[in-house]
This record gives sequence, C-alpha cells and structure tokens, in this order.
Amino acid sequence: MLFQNLITKVTERFSDSILDTTEFRGETVLHIKGECVLEVLEMLKSEGFHFLADLTAVDNLEMGGFERYTVVYHLLNHGNGERLVVKAYIPENNPNLPSVESLWRTADWQEREVYDLFGITFDGHPNLIRIMNPDDFKGHPLRKDYPRIGKGERKDFPIVERNIGTKFRRSES
Amino acid sequence: MTVDTMKQIETEKMVINFGPSHPATHGTLRIILELDGEMVLKATPEIGYLHSGFEKLGEHLDYNQYITITDRMNYLSPLCNNVAYALSAEKLMDIEVPKRAQYIRVLMCELSRIADHILAVGMQAVDLGAMTVFLYGFRLREDIYDLFEMATGTRLTTSYTRVGGLMRDLPEGFDKAVLQLLPNVVDVVDDIETLLNKNRIWQQRTKGVGVITKEDAISYGISGPQARASGIDWDIREKEPYSSYDNFDFDVIIGLNGDVFDRYLVRMEEIRQSIKICYQALDKMPEGEVNIDADSGYILPPMDEVYNSIEGLIYHFENIMPNRGMEPPIGEAYVPTESPNGELGFYIVSDGTRTPYRVRTRPPSLINYSIFSKIIEGHMLADVVAILGSLNIIAGELDR
Repeated sequence: MLFQNLITKVTERFSDSILDTTEFRGETVLHIKGECVLEVLEMLKSEGFHFLADLTAVDNLEMGGFERYTVVYHLLNHGNGERLVVKAYIPENNPNLPSVESLWRTADWQEREVYDLFGITFDGHPNLIRIMNPDDFKGHPLRKDYPRIGKGERKDFPIVERNIGTKFRRSES
Repeated sequence: MTVDTMKQIETEKMVINFGPSHPATHGTLRIILELDGEMVLKATPEIGYLHSGFEKLGEHLDYNQYITITDRMNYLSPLCNNVAYALSAEKLMDIEVPKRAQYIRVLMCELSRIADHILAVGMQAVDLGAMTVFLYGFRLREDIYDLFEMATGTRLTTSYTRVGGLMRDLPEGFDKAVLQLLPNVVDVVDDIETLLNKNRIWQQRTKGVGVITKEDAISYGISGPQARASGIDWDIREKEPYSSYDNFDFDVIIGLNGDVFDRYLVRMEEIRQSIKICYQALDKMPEGEVNIDADSGYILPPMDEVYNSIEGLIYHFENIMPNRGMEPPIGEAYVPTESPNGELGFYIVSDGTRTPYRVRTRPPSLINYSIFSKIIEGHMLADVVAILGSLNIIAGELDR
C-alpha cells in the first residue's frame, strides 16, 4: 500500500514529466522524460530506494516507444525488499541526460558502459570515456543500426608486416 | 609505519602497469598504479580486454541458444548463470517450472557456490603465499566438477537449464555421489580454516586491508558476500526467494568490519550453509517431471515422443523451424538471483519474436570491481593482490 502511495506521490509532484506508469509480471515501471531523471531519482532515493541495482539502456529503433533511447534504472529498497524500474526516454538527436553519479557512485562505470555501447552522454559525469572498447573505436555497438558483424573492424585491423621473417622462411625452404 | 611518516620522505612518483597478463589477476585486467615507494597513491583499472559482445550476440540468438553464452560469463559457476537466465526468460513467458526442476536448480546452484567460494579463497591464498590451501581447494573443486560432468555432460560449459525446465533429469546415482562428496567438503573447509584463521601471516595480510564501509557498499552497489562482509543484511535467496529457496532453512552470514579477512570468513561460512542446503535439497527432492508440458510450445518434447508420435513430431518442428519457435509476450523481465559473486540478473526485453530484443546482464563482477580504486588508496603494492582476490573478479563476466 505504501508503495502505491509513493507512486502517486511521485506522479503528482512530477505530473508534467511522468509519461506513464505500467505493470508487467509484478514489476512496476515508471516512464519519465530524460531531462528530469536526476530530480525523480533523488526523490525516490530519499523515499527509501537507496540502492541502484542496475543501470542500462535500450535502443527502441525497431520496437518503438516514446523516444529512440531508453535508459533503465533498477532501484531496490533494502528496507522492505521492493524493487522499482524507472525508464527515462531520450530523443535520437543529441542523446543526453543528467548523470546520477552524484547520487550513487556505482553509476560511474555503468554510465560509462552505456556511453560506450549506446553513445548516450551524461551531463555532470566526472570521467565519461569508453570502458569496454578501445578509445579510438568508432561507433556504438549496441545500437540497433550497428551490424552484428561489425563495420569492418576485423578487416581493417592493422597488421604488422614482418618481411624479415618471411624472407628467412622462404630461403630456408 | 603510518601514512604520515611515509609522506615525509621525498620520493619520485612511479607509474607501473599491473597486468593485463599477471599471475595474480586471474583473467585479463589491467591496473595502472601510481606508487610512492611501495604505497599506492592512485589506481586506475582498465577493463575490456575480454569484451566479446555477448549482449549484442543475444539479440541474434533465440532464447535457448543464448544459454550456451551465459556459461562463458562467470566461468567458475556457470550453473548459476544458466539458472539466472532461465528464471528471467520464464518470468517473461509466465512459466512456472515443476518443483523437481526447481529443487535440482537449487542443488546445482549450491554446488557451484561451494566450488566458486572454495576457489576464490584458494586463489586469494595462493596469491598471498599459502599454496596448500589452493591445492586442497582445487582438488575439491575437481570432485565437484565431476558431479557437474555426471549431470550435464561437461565440466565447464554446462548449459544445463532450458527455458521451461532442464536439459535432462539427474542421472541415477547422482544423489549418492553428492552425499559421498559433502563430508569431504566439510573436511576441506575445516582444514582451510585450521590453516588460515589463526595464521599470523594471513591475519596480518588481510585484517584491516581493503575496508568497505556500509555506506560505500550501498553507494557503489556492492552485493553478495562482499556486501554481507560489510554488514549489509541482504541475501536475495532469503529476501526475494526464487526457485523455491523459501522452502530451505539456512542462515545469512554477515561480517562486521568489511575487510579482506571478513570477506574470507563470510565465504567460508557460506560454504557450510550451502552444504546444509544441499542436504535439504536431496532430502526433500520431489518426484516427477523436470520440464513443463510440451503443449505450451516453449519446450521440446522428449525424443521418444518425437520419433513415435505425430504430435511429438509436430511440436518438435514447431519449436525449431526457422520462422516458428516460441512466441513470448511483448514485455520485459528481470529476476535478481544470488550468484556466488553477488546479485546476478538478466534484464530481457522481448518484442514478441523468437529472439530477445535486448539481453542485459547485471554483472556483479563489474559493479563490485568499481570500488577497487577507492579501497586500495593508501595501501601497499602487495595489498593489491589481497584485495583483488577478495573481490573475486571474473574477467569473463566483467567484460562480457
């Protein structure tokens, strides 16, 4: 019951930035606009959801949704074991939203991972660099318009020519 | 020597590379260490050396094919990954597997937990110079892997679960083999504790090293034995029971100081609790099927039905033909599970086709590792190894 009260409290306070509230298989999902994510999560954190269990993103290119990208926050309340999913929607051009690193330090690496794999930038992040891929990597692999076989990274990978070795081997045979 | 006295000596800062290939990293990790003498001023972990795009691959494989990929994430306890993934997919499709399958999953998860914890402690010990502990632990792990081989056919890439059940039932004589093994586990745990608990070198190397406070653990999202060693009373098996864990009786182990020594103690005590759960699972193991009904369209019918009846053949082809297969509802699911390293869960988004739209792994190794650079500051270079071992970073899961 308290959980429902909290949801209504949040929807009332941020009425113009909450897009929808849905429930699927017992998971409550709060759909919000990307720009107000810091305020909403700050309020939820003070209301008991003090543990950020997971932070990830989804590219809605083929599935459709409110906007192109969704950043998904899985919150957990250690006090009563409730979980809440917050989905922040951000548009295709200039995907950008405020960083929640100031609320949870765990967001540091997870936001870097989302930046690396989806190309979503986070305002106020202290060190937004690639984490999985090398720094000179082009593109963001988990976007739906990035092909599974890659964009020729394997073919274009620089190969060191070792002429001396081949000559030596040829002369021997 | 305190930190202050060390600071008075003017020394030149030295930057060294720890890894990517180093015997104590147990995987491919690189840490750039800034040293003042032997004291670590700053540590910058660099990861991604084993990044293999498992999540991208998941968008192109169907629900049962992806189970083979989950084996390769945490390769020390692949059965826990299999179970975590199957649970998420089953939640998405609203399937409840039979009780026998749930109990077998619990038994397998706990055996993996014993193997993982014993290896984590052994690896940590060998890095700190205690070779015997490592050899005792490794020998026991081989015995547990023999059990996995008996049940699943392989030691490492088990792929034991299916969406809606298990690959196959336990073989005959498996319960006897487990009952034969469990007393050995107790012996090995006793031996290790006798060797280490009051060992002066071990205590000096681990006590007060790499302390994670309760606040830091929450802020950094630490979970599993690492969080419980810091005093956070949170075990998903108890608090959010999945796969019939609520039918089992066990204690949640909590540490007080959050240092390397406490993490070791929590792991050892958790092994004892896992042994308790294994006995209960064998004792209460229900009879019956391990898979849901093939009519549901989510699981392949048994082979003799496929060969001997027309319905079986139809269900088989309905499941495997290219433009058919299971049709999950549109939606998303996330089931948190307690893997040996912490909270492991698969966040699956489905668009109604036979392949998932997005599969995200919540990797406990990555999230537990992010605190490393904070807790190593001000410690000695040799403590890097101690802390790294106690966090139990598995590179396959770290980079995915």
